[in-house]
Amino acid sequence: MSAGDAGLVNQKYALLPAFLQAKGLIRQHVSSFNHFIASDLLKIIKAKGNERVTCDADPNFYLRYTNIYVGRPSLEEDYIQTELTPNQCRLRDQTYSAPISVDVEYTRGKEVVIRKGKSGAGAILIGRMPIMLRSDRCVLTGKSEEELAWVGECPLDPGGYFVVKGTEKVILIQEQLSKNRIIIDTGTPALAARHSHGAVVASVTSSTHERKSKTNIVSKHNRLMLKHNAFTEDVNIVIVMRAMGVESDEEVLQLVGTEGPFASLLTPTLQHCKEEGVYTRQQALDYLAGKVKGSGRPASPAGGGGFTRRTRSRVDEARDILANVVLCHVPVVQFDYQQKVTYIAVMVRRMLYAKLDPSFIDDRDYYGNKRLELAGGLLALLFEDLFKRMNADLKRQADSSLSKANRATQFDIAKCIRTDTITFGLEHAISSGNWTIKRFRMERKGVTQVLSRLSFISAVGMMTRITSQFEKTRKVSGPRALQPSQWGMLCPADTPEGESCGLVKNLALMTHVTTDEEEAPIARLAHIMGVEPASLVNQSELRERGCALVFLNGNILGVHRRPKYFVRSFREMRRRGRVGEFVSVYMQHDTVQIASDGGRVCRPLIICDRGVPRVKDEHLQLLRMGKWNFNSFLHSGLLEYLDVNEENNSLVALYEADCGPRVTHLEIEPFTILGVVAGLIPFPHHNQSPRNTYQCAMGKQAMGNVAFNQLNRMDTLLYLLCYPQRPLLTTKTIELVGFDRLGAGQNATVAVMSYSGYDIEDAIVMNRASLDRGFGRCIVLRKYGTSLKKYANRTQDRIVLPAAAVGPASAPRPAKFRVLDRDGIAAAGEVLTQGEILVNKQMPTNTRDPVSNPAAMPDTFYRNAPVSWKGYTGGEKCVVDKVLLTSNDDCSCVVKVLVRHTRRPELGDKFSSRHGQKGVVGSIWSQSDMPFSERGLVPDLIMNPHGFPSRMTVGKMIELLGSKAAVCTGRFHYGTAFGEPAGLADKVESISQELVEAGYSYSGKDFLHSGITGEALEAHIFMGPVYYQKLKHMVLDKMHARARGPRVVLTRQPTEGRSRDGGLRLGEMERDCLIGYGASMLLLERLMISSDQFEVQVCTHCGLMGYKRHDGLAVCPLLRSPEHIASLRIPYAAKLLFQELQSMNIVPKLLLAEA
Amino acid sequence: MARTKKKQQAVPAPAPGSRDEAATSYGTQQLPDALELARTRVLCGPDVNIHTTSTIAASQWASLGVDAAFDLEKFKKGFQVDITRYEGYDMEFEMKGVSCALANSLRRIMISEAPTMAIEHVYIVNNTSVIQDEVLSHRLGLIPLKVDPRLFQYKAKEDAPSEQNTIVLKLKVECRRLPNSGMENDKVYSRDLQWLPEGSEMPDETSCRFASSQAALVPEDVRPVHDDILIAKLRPGQAIELECHCIKGVGDDHAKWSPVATTWYRLMPEVVLLQQPRGKIAEELVEQLPGLLQLLGSGDHATVVVGDAPCSLCWGACVDKERYMPYLQLRKIKDHFIFTIESTGAWRPHELFKYAVQLMVSKCDKVLEGLQAFPARSFKT
Repeated sequence: MSAGDAGLVNQKYALLPAFLQAKGLIRQHVSSFNHFIASDLLKIIKAKGNERVTCDADPNFYLRYTNIYVGRPSLEEDYIQTELTPNQCRLRDQTYSAPISVDVEYTRGKEVVIRKGKSGAGAILIGRMPIMLRSDRCVLTGKSEEELAWVGECPLDPGGYFVVKGTEKVILIQEQLSKNRIIIDTGTPALAARHSHGAVVASVTSSTHERKSKTNIVSKHNRLMLKHNAFTEDVNIVIVMRAMGVESDEEVLQLVGTEGPFASLLTPTLQHCKEEGVYTRQQALDYLAGKVKGSGRPASPAGGGGFTRRTRSRVDEARDILANVVLCHVPVVQFDYQQKVTYIAVMVRRMLYAKLDPSFIDDRDYYGNKRLELAGGLLALLFEDLFKRMNADLKRQADSSLSKANRATQFDIAKCIRTDTITFGLEHAISSGNWTIKRFRMERKGVTQVLSRLSFISAVGMMTRITSQFEKTRKVSGPRALQPSQWGMLCPADTPEGESCGLVKNLALMTHVTTDEEEAPIARLAHIMGVEPASLVNQSELRERGCALVFLNGNILGVHRRPKYFVRSFREMRRRGRVGEFVSVYMQHDTVQIASDGGRVCRPLIICDRGVPRVKDEHLQLLRMGKWNFNSFLHSGLLEYLDVNEENNSLVALYEADCGPRVTHLEIEPFTILGVVAGLIPFPHHNQSPRNTYQCAMGKQAMGNVAFNQLNRMDTLLYLLCYPQRPLLTTKTIELVGFDRLGAGQNATVAVMSYSGYDIEDAIVMNRASLDRGFGRCIVLRKYGTSLKKYANRTQDRIVLPAAAVGPASAPRPAKFRVLDRDGIAAAGEVLTQGEILVNKQMPTNTRDPVSNPAAMPDTFYRNAPVSWKGYTGGEKCVVDKVLLTSNDDCSCVVKVLVRHTRRPELGDKFSSRHGQKGVVGSIWSQSDMPFSERGLVPDLIMNPHGFPSRMTVGKMIELLGSKAAVCTGRFHYGTAFGEPAGLADKVESISQELVEAGYSYSGKDFLHSGITGEALEAHIFMGPVYYQKLKHMVLDKMHARARGPRVVLTRQPTEGRSRDGGLRLGEMERDCLIGYGASMLLLERLMISSDQFEVQVCTHCGLMGYKRHDGLAVCPLLRSPEHIASLRIPYAAKLLFQELQSMNIVPKLLLAEA
Repeated sequence: MARTKKKQQAVPAPAPGSRDEAATSYGTQQLPDALELARTRVLCGPDVNIHTTSTIAASQWASLGVDAAFDLEKFKKGFQVDITRYEGYDMEFEMKGVSCALANSLRRIMISEAPTMAIEHVYIVNNTSVIQDEVLSHRLGLIPLKVDPRLFQYKAKEDAPSEQNTIVLKLKVECRRLPNSGMENDKVYSRDLQWLPEGSEMPDETSCRFASSQAALVPEDVRPVHDDILIAKLRPGQAIELECHCIKGVGDDHAKWSPVATTWYRLMPEVVLLQQPRGKIAEELVEQLPGLLQLLGSGDHATVVVGDAPCSLCWGACVDKERYMPYLQLRKIKDHFIFTIESTGAWRPHELFKYAVQLMVSKCDKVLEGLQAFPARSFKT
């Protein structure tokens, strides 16, 4: 760090808190949802197929939507409108949703009715929209910490999720290949193997509001063929072009490009066209008509509303397919194929380029070719589908009503609008995660997940998670590998291990995901800046030297004669704020691409002019003084967002010192390449890479504080730490995220030494006195709940104190009713023992037949359906923490009982540091047995030094040193990733200096005495504080053993699993061992006698199993006599098999011999 | 920790000068210097310490004519305790002439076997604070109480609580908003614990009935050692009402009964110049080990003397250890302990130490008793 540039290097970090303050931690979800509410909704109701509902019976009838509104989250109960808060919804099992209303215009009889709502709401309610927390419509937005406290919400909670039926649901970010872009690929591996090279495929997945289709151009016998679902087989591309009006071969060549070997490469295709005898447009259309799928029956567009089409000629149909289905994103207005032909030519051209030079082949895994689909986009798809369904319903009602000749009343369609379709559709999709969109035949499962509230970090980590559409079972490495283009966009460390490794990713700290931006103004601007529309120039001019085609979101916009100048000035326009900040423009091969579509990942960078950063000290000064915010930097053209593609046109310097003359951008902070979860790790850049990945998985299992409102929540399972601490060694990410306010761990004094054998294999030895004083102490809260249902015969469930418990005060209550209060629900603060009833619920025995007086039925009418507490083995005592009585959406009473259990660490509980070093408690020793230092320090836990050499977690060692110095100096130390040059991480050298000043060894090693013998230890021991996390895996929840217990009814074998008190399985491999060893009697005992031994009577003559006669004698089923019956013991499962075989006419016979 | 250590000027060093004063010379014969060094000193290297062990069999040096057996007279002559610091509940003293096993035993006894009184049972009448009942009880238990445990008896589980074995404390606080927009009792401190010398106020629930008032039994009022230990924080409207029953226990059962925050010892350090460094090396050494060494002369004639500064681990800053190894040696005297007792407040540290010694004696008596019974039983047949 030289003195000259120290200023900026040290200060530009200040941009990061400003960025997060302006945008929030999970801006991508919120901005996508806001965009959906603000503009997508209106676009959907104004779309061609949605705006009007018409009727076949009455041509004058129509219903037109003029506007749509989404209100504030509210709830109407007993005709009183109240504002909803998210926490209320969580507690009451409700959906946090707002009414959607529309303005309409429709005909009622002869008159036209215009209905408009007022004050920001529409006239007619059409459903309810679940509202994303912290979005514009959410009640939490813009509230101060104190105001948030009043509505029971945690200020650090990032939002970005939904509350549906009381559960928090996240719509995961979905990754997919970008739409409407040409991708040159090598095709399937099988294809590539056949043709050593040149098996290139150009494919485009077109996607518009109405339709999705995939178009491929493949090379077959050196002929270029169009492959599309609408055609029965591949068709020659030249024929297709001919059908679009390009009749001469010369024109084809001019379109594709006349230079180089293109002509010769196209010859076989042109030849084939000639062989097929296709010369004119009409011939081509005729030819294509023969290949159209469905042989004459028109393919009805999905979601079209089912109106009948006039039958058309097949040629018309082929023309229609070419216009609307093939490459449907390229607009064809009145059968003018000019644009589409040019587009096909570009595809062919790029394909031919790739044939000649494999470097032109695109990489599918390249992140510029990926788009992320967020909550907003997914909800838009779903909403449009539901909206169409609602309209179809309206139309059906209109049809059936208006077709009747004489109606009693005038048909008013506004009265027919039902809110259920949309409300339940949205609610159900979000709560189940099944995204079914009929018009695209899309059926996705697992789109939403329940927000994990294990720890604060697990919740935040979930909001940045990206899932890929790839199947997990496929053993391909490509999509799983870390792609260089993911730099700065996706966290390189945070991915799960195992089957979904590399397919589930996480966003980096500063990544932003774009939302759709209006294309028309951008196109207008581009034309003003000299882009000539492609239709206005000669085909040969398209390919002129120095010219470049300009694409906007994958569509050809036109040609520019000075593309580099155009790109430069377009960027300047963006920096001046004339174009949206997320619009990207870049050169790709010989084309200029402008992208404004949603789902691109991008991140902010400092702009440099010839290697001089534009951000100067004075700007940062303004920021510090609070006069500027992040957006001021953006609007002043000092920073800009770059997406993955545009990064390819830039040279980004990591540090200011690297800024050479060709550098165009400077990173804000290098550690922003990591995500939120990986940001918790101190000194991750000193660790072996997989260790950081392991920590990312484990940080989500660490117990601690969940949120500030954790004690007002009623989650099914909540793990809390009694005394959470903030780490002595923090990182900047920790501060930015708020982990220092909601910690999940404790600073334990660790001695790295081998002390007794109870610390081998990653086990740790703990100090009992530390545990006595509260180290690792945690609280487990578990919810038990029930609701009181109402039945059809007006009876309902009830909760009462049982008669046996009411009796005279002197008579003791039955044990299981001990904790019940007078209302039949356990009282808060009661200590529970095994098998006690928490809620004494009773259900009516008869819920169907009408009863005379449903309110006053005798006790005999009810049967018990209590909620009871199972409890832990070993006399662990739990306490009723609190009881909640409320009503849910169906107005039925809900009872929730929270049971609390405080646990101290015990043998076998799992702990981990922040470096992927997990271990279980191997032994707990008293303080007097632990070693002690010359300063009287006794470690909280002892860790084996063998954990270091193979794991190479140097970061942990530095953490220990740094924490020790932090304790000595009273200053929190930093370990931000890559932070040493910028002063965001303490250097080992300076830490050592501080240690020496405090009187410790520079190496962090101490002189220790054994606590057992009292002698000095030979080795110096590396000792100091390390932040340790207690993980949720605890012995108490897992330990299980059984001697005898329940059996499965069908097979009579022991049940499986701890929850069913199951047996411990002697599996196949164990069986193999016993066989190999020859322990046959043990085998027999384990597999039959102790499992499902059964005695059967077998007839020695016929070999069938007999049965017991009325006199108790076993008889043969055929001979019906008790003679020749032998008794033998077989597994019940075998007997079952024989009988099952018999039931399908296979007779197994047991042939017995004297042993 | 401000301690001066012994000056060692002897240049060829092996003979430790403390031999005469340590007064544990064995028999008539003397051990060879190397063995004597290994017996009495831990040599602290930059990476390892050698001769750390101190377990000695009586016959260890019989072949050299040296008797290593324990001798009471010699022990009496050599044993010495000097209190070097006594501040409140902290005491530091030096103990010379004892084996490491004995010193460690005393340390262990003080940590885990000396009794104190601590809150064990908490009867919660009302707790509307955010702190859960168990956690609150746990916090209360860890509060050190200023009461002499010797006045009380241990209470076995089946024993009824009485004035002989139980102290009852009451905590009743309610947070209220004051008219001046402040808050009353928003923080509950240990000073809010009230002693109930007459016993429990709800004897039916706690089955704790005192025959007589404890006021006569206990000379001073029972109260926490520190008044400002934060127990809980409250908001207006929240209240805590509970009764704590304290019983006598030892640190082995739970750390809350441990009479010391911690107690430990370290060995007396000793710095020895093996060889007089001269000139540049001497200057370097002084620079690397400021305070520990003092420079005499300058230039090529520079020499060093061992200074008075405290040294606990003087290899700390000395990075280039290999280079200075020939000149300097850090040693620790094996039978010279610098003992520190940090009492929690129930005991005065010196009383605690005395108690530990007595307990050690009674343990030895028990062993002797056992040994006496042993031959009678085993040889009678």
